[in-house]
Parts: sequence; structure tokens; C-alpha cells
Amino acid sequence: MSSETIALAGVHEPSRPVGVLLHSWVTTVDHKRLGILYILYAILFLVIGGIEATVMRIQLIVPHNHFVSPQVFNQMFTMHGTTMIFFVAMPILFGFGNFLIPLMIGARDMAFPRLNAFSFWLTAFGGILLYFSFVGGYGLYGVGAAPDVGWFAYAPLTAKTFSLGHSTDFWTFSLLVSGFGSIGAAVNFVATILCLRCPGMTLSKMPLLAWLNLVMGGLVLLVISPLTAAQVMLALDRFLGAHFFDTQAGGSAVLWMHFFWIFGHPEVYVLVIPGFAFASEIIPVFSRKPIFGYPIMVGATVAIGFVSMSVWAHHMFTVGMSSYGNTFFALTTMVIAIPTGIKIFNWLGTMWGGRLIFKTPMLFCIGFLFQFLIAGLTGIMLSAAPFNWQLSASYFVVAHFHYVIVGAILFTIFAAFYYWFPKMSGRLYNEKLGKLHFWLFVIGFHLTFDFMHIPGLLGMPRRIYTYEPGRGWEIWNLIVTIGVVFQAVAILIFVGNLLYSMFKGVPAGNDPWDAWTLEWSTSSPPPEYNFAMIPVVNSRRPLWDIKHPEDPDWQYE
Amino acid sequence: MTWRLFEKVRKLFPPLRSSRHRGLLLLAATLFSLPTSFAFAQGPSAVPDIFNTVSTPADAIRRLSFFVLVITGLIFVVVFSLLVYAVIRFRHHSTGDDREPPQVYGSNQMELAWTVVPVLIVLVLFFATARVIQSVQDAIPPANTLNVTAIGHQFWWEFRYPALGIVTANELHVPVSDRAHPTPTFVKLLSADTDHSFWVPQLAGKTDLIPNRINSIWIDPHATGMYLGQCAQYCGTQHAKMLLRVYVDSPEQFGAWVAAQKQSAHAPDSVAAGRQIFETTACINCHAVSGTVANGRFGPDLTHLMSRDTIASGAASNTHENLKLWIHDPEAIKPGSFMPAMNLSAHDLEAVTAYLESLK
Repeated sequence: MSSETIALAGVHEPSRPVGVLLHSWVTTVDHKRLGILYILYAILFLVIGGIEATVMRIQLIVPHNHFVSPQVFNQMFTMHGTTMIFFVAMPILFGFGNFLIPLMIGARDMAFPRLNAFSFWLTAFGGILLYFSFVGGYGLYGVGAAPDVGWFAYAPLTAKTFSLGHSTDFWTFSLLVSGFGSIGAAVNFVATILCLRCPGMTLSKMPLLAWLNLVMGGLVLLVISPLTAAQVMLALDRFLGAHFFDTQAGGSAVLWMHFFWIFGHPEVYVLVIPGFAFASEIIPVFSRKPIFGYPIMVGATVAIGFVSMSVWAHHMFTVGMSSYGNTFFALTTMVIAIPTGIKIFNWLGTMWGGRLIFKTPMLFCIGFLFQFLIAGLTGIMLSAAPFNWQLSASYFVVAHFHYVIVGAILFTIFAAFYYWFPKMSGRLYNEKLGKLHFWLFVIGFHLTFDFMHIPGLLGMPRRIYTYEPGRGWEIWNLIVTIGVVFQAVAILIFVGNLLYSMFKGVPAGNDPWDAWTLEWSTSSPPPEYNFAMIPVVNSRRPLWDIKHPEDPDWQYE
Repeated sequence: MTWRLFEKVRKLFPPLRSSRHRGLLLLAATLFSLPTSFAFAQGPSAVPDIFNTVSTPADAIRRLSFFVLVITGLIFVVVFSLLVYAVIRFRHHSTGDDREPPQVYGSNQMELAWTVVPVLIVLVLFFATARVIQSVQDAIPPANTLNVTAIGHQFWWEFRYPALGIVTANELHVPVSDRAHPTPTFVKLLSADTDHSFWVPQLAGKTDLIPNRINSIWIDPHATGMYLGQCAQYCGTQHAKMLLRVYVDSPEQFGAWVAAQKQSAHAPDSVAAGRQIFETTACINCHAVSGTVANGRFGPDLTHLMSRDTIASGAASNTHENLKLWIHDPEAIKPGSFMPAMNLSAHDLEAVTAYLESLK
């Protein structure tokens, strides 16, 4: 196999009227187009969720502020959380997975292209349904009421007694629908990775990104089901008078917590494992070395997948479990630090002795390593159940999980954007703007989320629309809000850079990073069929083998 | 305080030449000196600091948390230093040669090392944690324990002292506990509606109040004074103003408080008009005043309203003006609370306020 034979010049598409072009995108079953649709859709919701966060931060900038009412504030944190998890993080990661997996394993499409399109449109419909509540969700406060029960919607606040109208129903059905979309996407990921790898690519020669997305797909299949079951039960409670979670009729509030968190905690790994996948592809290329300890990285990921299914009740240390229950979940939660630590050390091992090139994707990966380290350490603090009795439901927890979701996951997503943008668009992004984005975002991130830990230690609970002066929380809330300004500017620069580079960027060529996986062997953007000839591989780095015939990888694996 | 510690930590390190390195070091030093710098005083504080503890469960948590902070801090220093070293040492110099570095695929010895060491650390942390879980959760109440039942409501706290026959709201009174002869308070936690969480950081970690479930928490405060807390589990529109105060009294103060609370209400004749309005409007549907026809249970018991420093679950101080405003327009103080505006005439409003102010 050689790169010349598999890279056909991109077939130039004749320009078509806008209507035809739009129609071709709406009806597409091409994994690359669907991937891009997922990503664009997620960026739209990222901006919406970001605006919701900004509203909250303006409200909290000083105590007893009157920027929004408590009703609006409660809707903001509910919608922010739901949006960011279900309509930003998951779609954006599904988008990258969709775009990359067939290209990286030498396939022409996903295993089930129509299911793929169906899954995307279900997810898209779920997001629209959620936001339609602003118009249609006749609720407590009159016409148009978004859900205000919090993103984990604890019972019995969701019971008819406490949540009148239909705002909670919009939330329920939105997650039900998008959940089916997620399951479809996961089925496709698993089937594609297991069945469509090109000749020579055994499981142990897959790029780590494929391995990690396989684990992610498996986790999605396992954990979306309890969430879906819980939503069905909640809908039965609200529409047919069932009493699963209706405590006034003998239902159980704790049952909802179990259902939600057996979804909710593995969900964190559903989101972070694809983030790990990006880092595991990008760090080696910009260190000019193969990933350190590939089999251990695979093993650690699978271990995280398994252990993550047994830690959910660490979200429930304060609900009055027995001391045995608390002890068990403290142990399982601490155990997950071991495979996670192994991963951090292996990324460090990859950089060690390398030749580090600080392009924007690598900068974001280094930011990820630093922040994920801290997020892991605050996670250990939270796993010590008694410490958790103080920290849980405080701003410390809010800071902790934003360190994971923004500091780790979003940073790797930005890295992935810059790294694969040339492949998706055929053009290079602007490196200066990329670095400006990175530094502004780092400053904003640390201003906001470093200092957010402190009011938590000083007794400030989460989800309060205002607070009393004189408790030592004012200065920290002020700094946290100032950080938002930097982050917002950084995001604008990011979007601007992508838009500008999409049309005016320098043509990228097939392989701008001198990288080693199969997606870089085809044209940028790849033709609809990806590869003119299905490639054959002998090692984990097929393009290394081609570029270094004197010292190919397969001699060592 | 923070700054002094920051300077102290800074002096431990020799000056570095590169300002970039110094910046990183300062950042790390600040991050680690911040939490510890809060725990300076032992006693009641306006800041409900989890490290400034005065009760056995909170003390045990603080000791465990310092232990965890030290271990995680050491891990941070080691891994962070490795990362910084790698970034500086292995950066690509544009003038240097562009040959690929040696391709290293892994090392089983290294993998073994960074698996075994974390396993040992996790074991140590786990045993330390398990011990504190057991000591706090499985503590057996001594015979002289004061039992209190706390009931969470949207958006206020009801406190009942079954053995003493006292019902009050939002401000919990407990006796101070001598370390030699502890007189702890065990609080049974119930909920009348949605989930709530009882959190007074200086006294104990939080525990949720969940409908159809009985939880409990205990405290044995060593220092008298008032301790601040608030509901820590989102419970609806006014979760933010479901504030909580715990008054730790000396034995004498506590005895006097109990004696006063056991009395029925004595309204002087001067406020008979206000009492009559109170007892013939919707007030009594929700509020109780012992010894009168008012026996509503949906809102706080008002028998000894004037013995409390705050109204509306801590949302406002208990002054004449605030009380009037609260009756006239509760939304102005606590939008979304279930106290309705009473639509009284100016005269009636003044009379009802006067009656309430007689409820010592």
C-alpha cells in the first residue's frame, strides 16, 4: 500500500443552487456530512448554553442582585446543564466520532448509514423540543416556561404537585428522544469498529481513537437505557397517575437518584473517553513519538469503562446511605483513579524524550493534561465520603465538574477542532488566532473555575439565585464572573477563526501535520467514498511505515 | 491572611530567573495556601467555613480533608513538575535538527511502577476514609442526648423537640457540649414536600431531608454562638433563601430558652384588635399560635415569633418594618415563597403586626 494509490484528487463538485445543496445535506447519509452536522448543531447549542451560563454569572456578580428573577435563574441552570450535556458534549463527540472512525479504520462509511442519519435527526429534534418549552411549556409562571427542576431533576420536584404545567414534560420527552438518537449512534459506532476495519487492522492495531470510541459506544448502550426507563416512569407518573417517584403517594425519591446516577456517572466517562481519544491521537503526533504503552492505554480505558458502572452512588453520599454503602462507593470511586492516573502517566511518557511542537492542538492537549490532573485530584477529595458531606452540592462540586467538562473535555474538543479542521475543510486554520484563543481561554477558564472552588469551601451551595452579603463569598463570585468575559471573547475568536479559515484559509493538503493514521492518507476534504482503494495496514501507524520504510512500526509490535 | 501565607510559601523557594516559571510557581502556591488560610479562628463565624469547625463530626471531616489535601497536593506537585519539565526540556527548537526522536513504544517497568504506587495511595486514602465514615455515621447517642426533629418545607425549616414539647422554626437552639461530658444533639431529618439538605458547615457535613425517608445527623458544638447554614439541595423556586441558623447556647441560656418556649402565647389586651384580625383571616390556615384557635401547620409556628432574630427563613431580620412588608408583600422579600400577600388595609396591617410583635 502507498499513500499515492489511495489518495485520489478530490473530485471537484460543480456548484449547485443553494436549495439543492441544502437538500443534499438534509438527506445525506454520508458519515462525514453527518459528523459535520452534529458538530455545527452542537456549536449552536454551545453558544446558547454559554449565554445561559453568562446570565447566571451576571446575576451572581454581587449579593442580592436583581438581574433575573429566581424563576428565570432556576430555568437557566436547568437548561444550561441539560443543553451542555445532551446537546453540546454528546453531539459534538458523536460528530467527531462519525467523521473520524471510518476514515481512521479504512472504511467507506459507518456500518448503518441510514440509522446514522436517523440518530442525528432524533438528537436534533430532541434539542428543538427542549427549547420549544420556552414558547410552549405552559408552566407555573404562565405561558412559556422552560424546565426549572435542575438537570438531574430530582424527585419529587418533578411530580405534578410541585411542577405544574408541561415544562418538566418537555424535558422528559426531549431526553427520551435524544436518548434514542444516542443509542442509534452507539450501535453504529460499535458495529462499525468491530466489523468494518480494513484488512490488516486487528483490534490491537486500531488507532486508540477507535478503541476508546468502542468503549464509549458500549457505555452509551448500557447507561442510556436506565435513563430512558426513568424518563418513561416519570412520564407515567405525570400522565397516567403512576407513583414511581411520587412521594406523596408512597413513591421513592431515592429510586430516581439511583436511576439517574447509574446513567449520570458513566455519562461523564461517555464524554471524557472520546476526549482521551483526541489527546491520544494528537499528543503523539506533536511529540513525534508513538503513544506510550498502547496495550496499557487500551486496558486502562476498558477498566475505566467497567469501574465507572459501579461508582454512581458517590453522587448520593448525603442521602443517608448506610455506612457500608458509603464505604463501598468511596472505594470504587477511589479505584477509578488508578486507571485514570495510568493514562496521565502514559501521555507524559509519550511526551518524554519527544520533540514537542506547540501548535494550537498540542497547546490545548497540554492544557487538558494540567487541568485533568487537578480535576482528578479534586475528584479524589470528593470520593472521600466524609469530605464529600461538606463539599457535595456546594460550589466546590460545580468547580470540580466544570474542571472535567470544560478543562478536560472541552479543551480536547478544541484540540480536535484545530487538529482535524484541515481534514474537514481542506484548509488550514489561522495559527495566530488559534493561539490567541488558547491563551484567552486558559486565562478565562482559570479565573472562573479555580476561584469557584473557594466559595464552596466557605459554605456556598450551588443553584442559589442570590446569596447573603458578609459570608466571604463576594470577591470570589466577582472574580468568577470576570473570567466569563475572557472565555466569551475566546469563543468568538474561535468561531471567527473557523469561519474565516473555511473560506480564506491556506489549502491544507492531505497531511499537514506529518501524521500517521489513515485519515491523513486521503484528500482533504476526503471524497465521498473516503478511499479509492481500501487500504491495507501492518501496524498502528500505517503512514509511519510508508514514510519510514527503513524502520517500520510492524517490526516492533 | 491569605496574602501572608502566600508570601511565606513564596519565600520557601529561591528566586527563579524566568518570570514565566515564577508565575506558575506562584499560581501553584496560591492554590494550595488558599484553603488552609481560611481556617484561622475556632468559633462562630460570619463565614460558614468548612475548615473552621467546632463540632466532633465536622472536626473529623476537617482532619480527614487535610490528610487528603496533603496527599493530593503532593501528587499534584510531582506530576505537575514532570509535566512542566517535559514541556520545557523536550520542546522543539526550530534551529535544531528535524530528525524524528527515538521511537519508544512503552516500558513494562514504568507501567508497573505507576500502577503499584497509585494502588498503595488509594489503599491508604480508603482506610482513612472508612474510619471517619464509621466514626461519624455509626456513633451511638449517649443517654443525655437532646433529640430534635427537623422537617424541611418549601422554603423553611420546622424544628420539633419531642421530649420538651417545643415547636419552632428556622432557628435551631442546642446546648453547648463539653468535651469531657458531651451533650450531643441528634437531629432526625424529615421532609414535608421535596428534597432538602441540612448543612451547617462549621458543625457537620450535610445530610438530605427526603420525603418518605428518615435520616439523621448529630452535632456536639464545643463553642457557644450562632452558626450559619442553609438548604443545600435544590428544593424549588426559593431554595436560595431557605437559610438556617443554629444557636449554640450555654446550659443556662438553653434552659431559659426552653422554659420560655414552653409557655403558651400571652397577648396583652392592647393588641386584641390585631389578634382578632389574625384569627379571622387566612393567617390561621397556615400558622399556629399555641393556646389560640390558630393551629395551621403549613407555615412556621408563630407562638414565640419575637424570640427569633429573622423571619422568612432567614431572608430578612425580624424588625417592625420587615414584618409589615412580609405580611403586605412577601414577594418583595422572597419571590416565589408560599406566603401570600394578605391584602390588609393599612390599619389592619399595623394591628396584625402589633399582635405578632407581642408573641414573645
